[in-house]
Amino acid sequence: MATALSISPELEPRMAAARERLDAWTREMIEWHFSPETGAPFWLDYAAKLGWDPRKEVHNYQDLDKLGFFQDEWLRGGPVERWIPRGLAGKPIYVFETGGSTGVPKSRISSEDFRIDYEHFSTTLPDDGFPKGADWVHVGPSGPRRLRLAVEHLAQHRGGTCFSVDLDPRWVIKLIKRGAMAEVEAYKRHVIDQALTILKAHDSVKCMFTTPKLLEALCERISLRKAGIQGIFCGGTEMTPQWVRFAHEELLEGVAFAPTYGNTLMGLAVSRPVRAEDDWAIVYYPPSPRAMVEVVDPANPSQVVGYGETGRVRLTTLTREFFMPRFLERDEAERDVPYEKYPWDGVRNVRPFQKLDKSVVEGVY
Amino acid sequence: MLHIPILRHGREYRSIDTAPAVHFLTREPMAEVSQANFGLIRRDLRKQEEARQALTGFSTRELIAMCARAGEFFLNETLPLGEAGQSPQDYVEQTSATTGMPWVLIRRNMAKVHAMFTSMETVLAGLTRGLSLEVLDRGYSMEGSPVSFFPRGNSLGVVLPSNSPAVHSLWIPSVALKTPLVLKPGSAEPWTPMRIIQAFLKAGAPPEAFCYYPADHGGANEILRSTGRGMLFGDVGAVKNWATDPRIELHGPGYSKVVIGDDCIDDWEKYIDIIARSIADNGGRSCINASGVWVTRHGDAIAEALAERLAVIRPRAADDPEAGIAPFANPEVGRRISGMVDAGLAEAGAREVSAKHRAGRCVEWEGCTYVLPTIVRCDSPEHPLANKEYLFPFASVLEVEEREIPEVLGPTLVVTAITRNPALINRLLASPHVGRLNIGAVPTNVISWDQPHEGNLFDHLYARRAFQMVEEPALTGALK
Repeated sequence: MATALSISPELEPRMAAARERLDAWTREMIEWHFSPETGAPFWLDYAAKLGWDPRKEVHNYQDLDKLGFFQDEWLRGGPVERWIPRGLAGKPIYVFETGGSTGVPKSRISSEDFRIDYEHFSTTLPDDGFPKGADWVHVGPSGPRRLRLAVEHLAQHRGGTCFSVDLDPRWVIKLIKRGAMAEVEAYKRHVIDQALTILKAHDSVKCMFTTPKLLEALCERISLRKAGIQGIFCGGTEMTPQWVRFAHEELLEGVAFAPTYGNTLMGLAVSRPVRAEDDWAIVYYPPSPRAMVEVVDPANPSQVVGYGETGRVRLTTLTREFFMPRFLERDEAERDVPYEKYPWDGVRNVRPFQKLDKSVVEGVY
Repeated sequence: MLHIPILRHGREYRSIDTAPAVHFLTREPMAEVSQANFGLIRRDLRKQEEARQALTGFSTRELIAMCARAGEFFLNETLPLGEAGQSPQDYVEQTSATTGMPWVLIRRNMAKVHAMFTSMETVLAGLTRGLSLEVLDRGYSMEGSPVSFFPRGNSLGVVLPSNSPAVHSLWIPSVALKTPLVLKPGSAEPWTPMRIIQAFLKAGAPPEAFCYYPADHGGANEILRSTGRGMLFGDVGAVKNWATDPRIELHGPGYSKVVIGDDCIDDWEKYIDIIARSIADNGGRSCINASGVWVTRHGDAIAEALAERLAVIRPRAADDPEAGIAPFANPEVGRRISGMVDAGLAEAGAREVSAKHRAGRCVEWEGCTYVLPTIVRCDSPEHPLANKEYLFPFASVLEVEEREIPEVLGPTLVVTAITRNPALINRLLASPHVGRLNIGAVPTNVISWDQPHEGNLFDHLYARRAFQMVEEPALTGALK
């Protein structure tokens, strides 16, 4: 573990450069979101109540602490127009929602972010596992989430088209809460049946987005290899090291696997290669500088914990469409060291935050 | 540290996810127990048919002999566990360490498990009501009236408790009944099911017939969903989720009772030992321990005598041969249970008769938390404490009209009815609420192996079909 958490000296200049880029991007975003010409009504009102001008006080990423913590309640309910930056006036706007596993779902507006995020994600995918020009199938939540549009754009960006099979996670959560496990099974089977129909009818489908539970369910019915699948992009719910090991050893048959962590609010964090020698730990790296994922002390969430230490996951999103500083996620993880490809901090083994009172029901999605 | 693996059709598997089995007192980890993820369980259970084939290759006679050998190994031999193996004394100490149960009680439980293994022919005769064993090998018998039975499922999934090792004897006959086992051990008691499996393996049982999956609730539920037949041990909350699923045999609270009819009640003193044993044997931890004494008269005197008798049971060291009660592995659970009794006593119509015979119900001794035997005298069956069962020696004493018995008892796993009154006996025999009936002075917790207990495992695993055969084929193999 000590070796895994050491930072090579050669990486340090690249880390410094990445930090400078993050600081510069932070200043640019602060200027955008708090300028009366380009900022959203929410943040302009927020600045008015602060009594100081963030454009003058926030000089780098660290200074975002001065704005306090982003409250998820702000995203529950309307009007959503208050989140639209004036600089985007006239552009078509989407409203996306989070899973809705607890109460009123959080919603955020978007115009181009999902495309930008997934084009960036596309650069992390290996072409042999996710061939350019191949068709995709998305098997997972769609509806109010950005995921379906994002995966479809990913496929298009890589020269393919995307089929889609919907799974409604809110319905699954209701079924689980009332103990209707037979119905959960039937619904899961219904989803997998549709995915199999697409795979049988379209040989061109070689790439898939799905969730961990649906991947298990799919592999109960078919061999991924025999079905022509070359790459799986996976996300949506927690993946434990044991699960990742199980998937590699017993489900994937050597098919390329791209596990991700993220949500509608922050985009996608990608994993560095998962290895048995590292106890199948899964370490995610955020798309800096557009979003940061950090591990902080739950008792003092302004404080990032030391490398290897456990803490609560804190998200910060910095795009022209959405500004979300210091959002405390319902997850915990260990802080991990920067990596060659991603010279900024990673988060290891993300799982639900143990100290949250409200229990979260995770479904098959 | 000692590691307890998952068994995937007999094949050991070390998971990245582990949970500690901790010492009940020091909370120090005694072993790390590999935890099975949901998908792994589900994937393995696609091979249930193969597992069954592995067992059906043996005749029932061979399996009975195998059980007898396994029983000896379970009781006397060092069996595989960790690098050094597990001797019988290791097993006693490890089980005591994680459950708090005194050594002497664990040894008694070992003897019960051994008896189940070695009495398998008698047990099968009881479960099948004397059916010819060839039915299990060939699927039918033409002796007398033709009969044919078929397996209702390919394996038996069992979600196990941590309260008392002897409870595991209930599922042991599954192997002789050619039904593979898929076990989810209790978090504080991974030892007994693993030792039983290892004893079977040493006796020559096919490894494919045994899955052992320490897991969370999700894993436990998956086992019950994915196996053809299931068995669930748990509290009221756990079993209620499966109450409508006929594939699952539920083992929740027993609410077992001793009943004395009007004809015998004046001789109550003759039976006080039997009643005290029913309440307190095995530390009062089993669903077959009595939690109610329902009589027609002399309630106060009976309660007083029981309270006095049970007050001699006090905390002792785990290795003390006189130990009769176990501390709570989690002290908070003990305190909470005692608090529930207090809450019941706060309602009018009940008094704690044991109170004057001891200094406190929930006590600390040598750093351990015990809830001492407690007799409560209730005025009416409606009182909240009248029909309660807890994980320590506890019983309510009630006076009821004889004509109200058995309706007033409610669902009861074991009734020991001390009476010779044919009318009362007939009513008890006809009652759908009585799971097991002892007529006469038999403690509720004394089990006769030829009498299936709390559901019949054979009926649970096999169903009868109508059968006719014009000409018996010349060559008939084992039932596949």
